[in-house]
Amino acid sequence: MIGALVEAWAEFRVHRARVLLSLVGVVIAVAALAAVVGVGSIASQAQIEQLERGAGRPATLVLNPPYDPRTGKQADPAKLAAAFDQIVERYSITYAGSVLWSGGQAQFVDGVDAVQLTVVDPAYGPMHRVQLARGDWFSDRDELRLTPALVVSDAVWRRLGSPDLATHPTLTLIGRQPTTGVILGVLPPDPYVGNLQAYLLGSGYAALAPSAAPGASPLPMYEFWVPLELADPLAERIRAEVGAAFGEGWVVDVQRQDYLAWGAGDPLEPVRIVLLAIAGLILLLGALSLVNIALVTVRQRVREIGIRRAFGATAPRVFLAVLLESVVATVIAGFVGVVLAVILVQSDWIQGLIAPGLQDAVPFPVEAAVIGLVAATGVGALAGLLPALVAVRVKVVDAIRY
Amino acid sequence: MSLLVLEAVTRSVELPGGGRLEILRGIDLEVDAGDHVSIVGRSGSGKSTLLGLLGLIDDPSSGRIVFDGMPLARVSGGRRDRLRGRDVGFIFQQFHLLPGRTALENAMTPLLYARGRQFWRRERIATEMLERVGLGDRLQSTPDRLSGGEQQRVAIARALVRGPRLILADEPTGALDVDTGSAVMALLDEVAAASGAALITITHDPGIAAMAGRRFRLDEGVLRPVDAADRAVAAPPGGAP
Repeated sequence: MIGALVEAWAEFRVHRARVLLSLVGVVIAVAALAAVVGVGSIASQAQIEQLERGAGRPATLVLNPPYDPRTGKQADPAKLAAAFDQIVERYSITYAGSVLWSGGQAQFVDGVDAVQLTVVDPAYGPMHRVQLARGDWFSDRDELRLTPALVVSDAVWRRLGSPDLATHPTLTLIGRQPTTGVILGVLPPDPYVGNLQAYLLGSGYAALAPSAAPGASPLPMYEFWVPLELADPLAERIRAEVGAAFGEGWVVDVQRQDYLAWGAGDPLEPVRIVLLAIAGLILLLGALSLVNIALVTVRQRVREIGIRRAFGATAPRVFLAVLLESVVATVIAGFVGVVLAVILVQSDWIQGLIAPGLQDAVPFPVEAAVIGLVAATGVGALAGLLPALVAVRVKVVDAIRY
Repeated sequence: MSLLVLEAVTRSVELPGGGRLEILRGIDLEVDAGDHVSIVGRSGSGKSTLLGLLGLIDDPSSGRIVFDGMPLARVSGGRRDRLRGRDVGFIFQQFHLLPGRTALENAMTPLLYARGRQFWRRERIATEMLERVGLGDRLQSTPDRLSGGEQQRVAIARALVRGPRLILADEPTGALDVDTGSAVMALLDEVAAASGAALITITHDPGIAAMAGRRFRLDEGVLRPVDAADRAVAAPPGGAP
């Protein structure tokens, strides 16, 4: 085997120009194949991050406000908050918080406009991969501010005249009591989310809420980011504990809301399959040209094969050497193709095109490199098979007279 | 025990239009270690076919070939290939060096099919052999940069690297001028004698044939020893064919 490899390498070295030219198709195909898989991974990560921004990271449990179906009564907000605090403390849940969506109004220079308000806890940021174009997300200390802290959408920031955050720009929200908040951070432009949007902490919302009286305002839901393997038992415990706090007859709903719980397939799968099919086709065409060239080459090398046989090369050895020549060449082509794919996929331009604002950098997937190299080796073996069979059938007596 | 024995060997081929063409008829030959045998014959007399049989690359139509006490009819293809690689060294008329490979790589070729020490020390063995045939300074030259005499010396080095017990030289001087041919033959004779290998030279040059201790003539497929009368008319070594 080592001898055959040495022979194959020598053959590649001597005929490198011809072999490299014949491998152009294989290099392109392997690069395409590896790039498709690589781009697919990055696009998937981008897709996942987008989903996590909306529904939280796996596993996110959500506790909807309990209600009593017999009376139609909503839960007492203070009692619900106390139950939440108790759960967080008992199970040492690092990331948990309330979320409440509410409509509101904001005073701009050119008038009052409706603003979508999201009332959150500081933990919402890491739980939902909140990414800011400028400034900072809330910290626990922001709860103590006398002037509420705000994180606003790009549209709100532009409407305010794109002020420098170092100047502590403010936005006046109109609710039960007009409240002026200081803008800490600005979200990046997002075509999928409503234009005028602001995040604020629960302490800041108290003055804006329609009424402090129980049942007068919508209740928040509570989110918990927990380890994946503990999600189901914890959901059960939360349900039980909140149920116990409110008593019999109350409906307590605790569910997973992260994308992994949806059971949805990869939305990019069809595109990836089409691209893989195209890459496979290119690989096939590359292999065909390789077979063609290898067959012609073997016919030209009849005398050489005869000489090798005269000096002791057995038929299986000749078969292996010719086969390995093809494999060695395509493995090198595969390596070049994979390197090209890595350069392409990891380039800032491509990454910016596929997944702008990706939080967790995706290294070039190992499986993409492995698939590329395995495909190249397979093509080499297939393309080498036919010439190897021809080489074995060479009659030594005739070959050395050739 | 003789190294190589041919007993009543014939070789015939089927003709496309039917019938058979007898190329070799009733060949009897015994070659011992250290023998220098020459076989002379005109073109078409069956020399190359005989070389194929002597070199274990072809089978007789009838008769028996025994190599080192082993009847070849009982030796499988793969084993025969290995036996040939280990014990037989070929020198061809047109040198048959591998194009694009250096003199060193060409000389190393048979060692690629060896095992153990010979395989792992192939570069050193081939270098030593090339130095021995006077090409120590041309190791990295490719065949297109070597003269005819140098190419044939590379071919001799290649034939000898595995220390064969039988060296088969097919028209070794056929592509060389008279002086170079004589020098190459003298070298071949010397290295063969030093290694104790049997040397069979197939040639149409009576001068080259005359250098051998035992001489045969192949005429219309029949091998006969060259008698005294033939020897008298044989040209001196290096003479014109």
